[in-house]
Parts: sequence; C-alpha cells; structure tokens
Amino acid sequence: MIEISHVSKTFTAKENNVAAVRDVSLTIRDGEVYGIIGYSGAGKSTLVRCINFLEKPDSGSIALSGFGTVTAAEGKLYFTPEGGKGQTPLSEKKLKSLRGGIGMIFQHFNLLERNTVYENVAYTLKYSGMKKDEIRKRVLEMLDLVDLRDKIASYPSELSGGQKQRVAIARALANNPKILLSDEATSALDPGATASILSLLKDLNKRLGLTIVLITHEMAVVKEICERVAVMEDGAVVEEGLVYDVFADPKQPITRRFVESSNGMGNLQKLVEQNSTLLDKSRNSVLLRCVYGKDAVGDALISDVSRKFAVNMNIVLANVEMLQGSPLGELVVSITGESGNIDEAIAFMRNSGVRVEVIADARVA
Amino acid sequence: MPEWLENLMPNVAAYTDKFAESLSATFQMFLISGLFTFLFGGIFGILLTVTRRGGIMENPVLYQVVDKVTNVFRSIPFIILLIFLIPFTRLITGTAIGVRGAIVPLIFGATPFFTRQVEAALAGVDPGKVEAATAMGSGKAGIIFRVYLHEAVPDLIRAVTITSISLIGLTTMAGAVGAGGIGSFAINYGQNLHHQDIVNVCVIVLLIFVSLVQSIGNILAKRTTNHSLFQKKYTLQEETK
Ligand SMILES: Nc1ncnc2c1ncn2[C@@H]1O[C@H](COP(=O)(O)OP(=O)(O)OP(=O)(O)O)[C@@H](O)[C@H]1O
Ligand SMILES: [Mg+2]
Repeated sequence: MIEISHVSKTFTAKENNVAAVRDVSLTIRDGEVYGIIGYSGAGKSTLVRCINFLEKPDSGSIALSGFGTVTAAEGKLYFTPEGGKGQTPLSEKKLKSLRGGIGMIFQHFNLLERNTVYENVAYTLKYSGMKKDEIRKRVLEMLDLVDLRDKIASYPSELSGGQKQRVAIARALANNPKILLSDEATSALDPGATASILSLLKDLNKRLGLTIVLITHEMAVVKEICERVAVMEDGAVVEEGLVYDVFADPKQPITRRFVESSNGMGNLQKLVEQNSTLLDKSRNSVLLRCVYGKDAVGDALISDVSRKFAVNMNIVLANVEMLQGSPLGELVVSITGESGNIDEAIAFMRNSGVRVEVIADARVA
Repeated sequence: MPEWLENLMPNVAAYTDKFAESLSATFQMFLISGLFTFLFGGIFGILLTVTRRGGIMENPVLYQVVDKVTNVFRSIPFIILLIFLIPFTRLITGTAIGVRGAIVPLIFGATPFFTRQVEAALAGVDPGKVEAATAMGSGKAGIIFRVYLHEAVPDLIRAVTITSISLIGLTTMAGAVGAGGIGSFAINYGQNLHHQDIVNVCVIVLLIFVSLVQSIGNILAKRTTNHSLFQKKYTLQEETK
C-alpha cells in the first residue's frame, strides 16, 4: 500500500512560487493499477516523484507497506519504521533501499545510450553483490518477460520507441520492486506501441502482483488498464475513485472533459454549439443524455419507453464502453411528444437506474 | 639522414641533435602537463556539474569559487601567466626554467580550458538519465561514474582532443622560460639564424602532430557514440545461450 497523506510541494522561483502539489492525500492499494490524470502542469509528475523522493515534499508523509513511513518537515525527511514509533532522520542508505523497492519508467525512456540492452537491464544488479552468472540469469529472465531476448546485445539507438520502453520496464523491474511508477510512459509512442506497452503493464500487474502508479493525460490509457483513477487539477486531486464510477458519473467539469474526450461524447458539445439540425429542436423536443450501467439496458429501454409513454425517441449519439469488464452505455436522444408524457418518460427512466440529464429543452412553456 | 633530405634542408641536418632535443622537450611538456591538466580539469569539470543549481550535490559556494577561479585563469594570456607564475613554479618544482619550469604554467594555462570543456560535455548528458539512475537507487559516485562520465565519453574524447591541440600550441611558447621545445628551436635556430628550412620543418612537424591527435580523437569519438568502445563479450547473445 502506498499511503500519501497531506503532501504538498511548492517550487520557489525568483518571480513567483508554484504550488505544484497541494495537500494531496491518496491511498494506492497493493496490486492495483492506479491512474493519475490531469492536464500539463497539474502536478502529476511532482506528486509521483514524491513517492520515491526524487522530489522532496515540503510537508506530508508517505507510508509504504513493507518499508515504513517517511515524513517531510522543514526541508528534511524523517523515517518511522512500520508499526514503530518515533522519527529518525532518513538516512541515505534507507532512501536507497526505498528506491530499490520502487521501479520507475519515463516518457523518454532514459536508457543509457552507451550501454547495451543487457547492461541497461543489469544496471541495478551490478555492484549489488550479485554474482555475474546470477545477474545474467536475471537479465535474461527480465528480457523474456518483455519479449526482447533477441535484442540483448543491441544499443538503445538501434531500437524502436516501444522496444526502448520495454527495456526500460525490464530495467526498472530487474531488482524485483513491488511498485512501478510510470510517468507518461506511452506518451512518446504511436498507438500500436502504446497498446502493446499497456497490455504488457497490465500483464505484469497480474502476473507479478505489481502495483502500478500510472500518470497520463489520456483518458483512453486510464480506461484501458486502471482500476482506480485520481484527477488532478492545479496541484490538487479534484476527483478520485473507481474508473467505472468516474466514467459513469463524472462530478467535476475537468473530469467530464476527460471522459468526453475519450468517448466521442465530446461531439455533443459541438452539435449543441452549432445548433445542428441533428438535434431536432423544432418539434417540441427535449434533448437527453442517458448513462446506464450494468443494471440497465439502454436499447431495450428506448423502445420500451417510447411505447409506454407514446413519445418518439431519436438516437443522436450512442456509445458503449467496457470498463474493467463492465459495460457502460451512454446515449444522447431527442425525445418528442406531449410535454406531460416526456416528463413521465424521463421519470420512468430515472427510476430504472438510468442517469438522465436534460441537455436542451425546446418545449414551449 | 638521406642525402636528398640533407640537400632539401641543410640547416636541419646540421642541427639534428638540437632538433631531436627540442622534439623530446615538447613531448615531455605535452605529456606531463597534459596528464595533470586532464586530471585537474576533469575534477573541476565534475565539481562544476554536480555543485551547480539542481546538481546532485548542489553547493552554490563551491560552484562560485571553482567557476570564478576558472574564469580568472582563462582570461590571462599564457605568456603573461608564464612569468606571473614564476615564483609559484619555483616553489613547486624548485626551478622556474627549463622543461620543469614550464610544466606548472602549462597546467595552469590548459586546466581552465579543459574544465569548461568537461563541464560542457557533462551538461550534454540528459538529466533524465541522471533522474532514472537516482530513482534506481544510485548514489553520487554511481551517478558520476556510471551516468555522467560514461554517457559523455564521446564528448570527453573531443574535449581531450581539442585541449591537447591547444596544449601543443602553449608548449611552443614555453621557450620564454628556457624550456626549449619545437617553438624555441624554430625561433632560435630558424628565425634568428635565418634558416627558413628549419622554420618550415617545425611547421610540418607540428602540423603532423596536431592532425594525428585530431584524427585519433575523431575516430574514438565516433566509435564511442551510442556504443561502448569495446563491446563486452558477456552481453552478446551467443555467449548467453
Ligand atoms: N523543478 C521545478 N522547478 C520549478 N517549477 C517546477 C519544477 N518542476 C515542476 N514545476 C512546476 O510545477 C508544476 C507542476 O509540474 P508537473 O511536472 O508536476 O506537472 P505535470 O502534471 O506532470 O505536467 P505534464 O503533463 O506536462 O508532465 C508546473 O507548473 C511546473 O512548471
Ligand atoms: Mg509530467
């Protein structure tokens, strides 16, 4: 478990200070894939870099199961052993051992260019007291894991972006950490390589029980592999929860924007803005957005409702997502008919577990 | 010396011993001062890199001191430095003249230059690599040797090359303190005695020497870019199967 409590970090510059992380508290469970999403400058990297203390928080504490708690205060770091009491200054040795238990991968891979794939993967093992043939065994094991055994003697400059990220993953996991931090690891990759890296991460998460903290600015990535997600804006976590719940019912405007950007519902905004004929406002219609989950079935509902309440329902946009194995449907329908019937229809749908939101109401009052 | 060469440059033939002596003096000055220059310049260059703002051992005071001292010595023309350092040189080597007297000023003249070159080479190492190494638990020594110095090898080779060439230039001025060498041979036996062939030969020898250093540097820099100089056998696939 990674327990981040009340972590803050401000960068002080000559002209202005930047509060990159403001009082963030999060709990990341063992073995889960946890997404952190936000726009550029939201503080995602800074927050995640506080987990392995590449960045020293100004205040707050981070507890890691199997290690202990590190508390930041007045520019110094203090260590409290697990289940123990009292604080001692965090020694260089402790810090190194903490980092040894956390792997990290980056957007630009950060491989050593003058080292072969083998030497890169062996980086943490060399000078660690491990014997040469043990190191070789481990390196081969890691390369098999990322499916790159044949590139063992290549240099990074001879690899594609996706292959480089695979080497970086093998390197990060070589000394068997329980946690992997991924800072925009797929942002520099094409869609194909992105998909393959994501499925590799998911696979490693399942097979090794690896906890993954994954920073991204693409909701598609979160959707693909995360169980839970935190949305960051301006240094703070503004929304947090199961990916399914966040998708089904985004609370914050920024979350909604992320969700829409990933499912085509963003087009709705454009249709409304352009006053599109698709929306069919002329005939006393009401434009609805319906979100339905595993308990309700959208399409059947449409025909059901239109029969029961003698209204016409016209589907403008429709989308179904599979999130963590559960379907999430979203419909934008324009509903026409008698005003009273429309109200009853909406109430009926709400009662059947569909979240209904009125986007535009063109009925004459 | 073959006859045709003797005819081509009669005066060089007449001073073969002196010429050989000069060559040897130049080489001695170059090798000894080069060794210390690369050592001290390397250390100072690393110091500047790690103590600068955001460096792995941030230390503004130490950075400022090394930075300023480097600048001061860089801005003094070598011929002035040569005489300015005479008392200090005498203190260190016991004499301020001859090859031994020239070594100290040569080191002082070339070290600041090499320091800047090393600083620039290390600045070319992507900070992301340093960050990755830190995240993997590398300590300060690990980052300096396994990341900075290791990744900057091609640029460091270029730095050594260009510093060597400038050092060769400096040794020719060392004649001012009676250190001998090609430079003073060209002046004393060539220019002063009006033996143009001696001057010509000195130019050619220096030209060959400089070109040689430059070519070796270029080849090594190229070979070490994105590549280690000698690939270790254990990384090869055949070995591991
Ligand atoms: N070393 C630093 N010095 C000063 N300011 C910094 C530093 N690192 C980050 N910041 C500032 O802190 C804020 C958060 O930066 P951070 O890198 O955490 O954002 P991010 O969410 O990761 O963005 P991106 O998606 O672009 O990577 C930004 O305003 C940035 O300018
Ligand atoms: Mg970032």
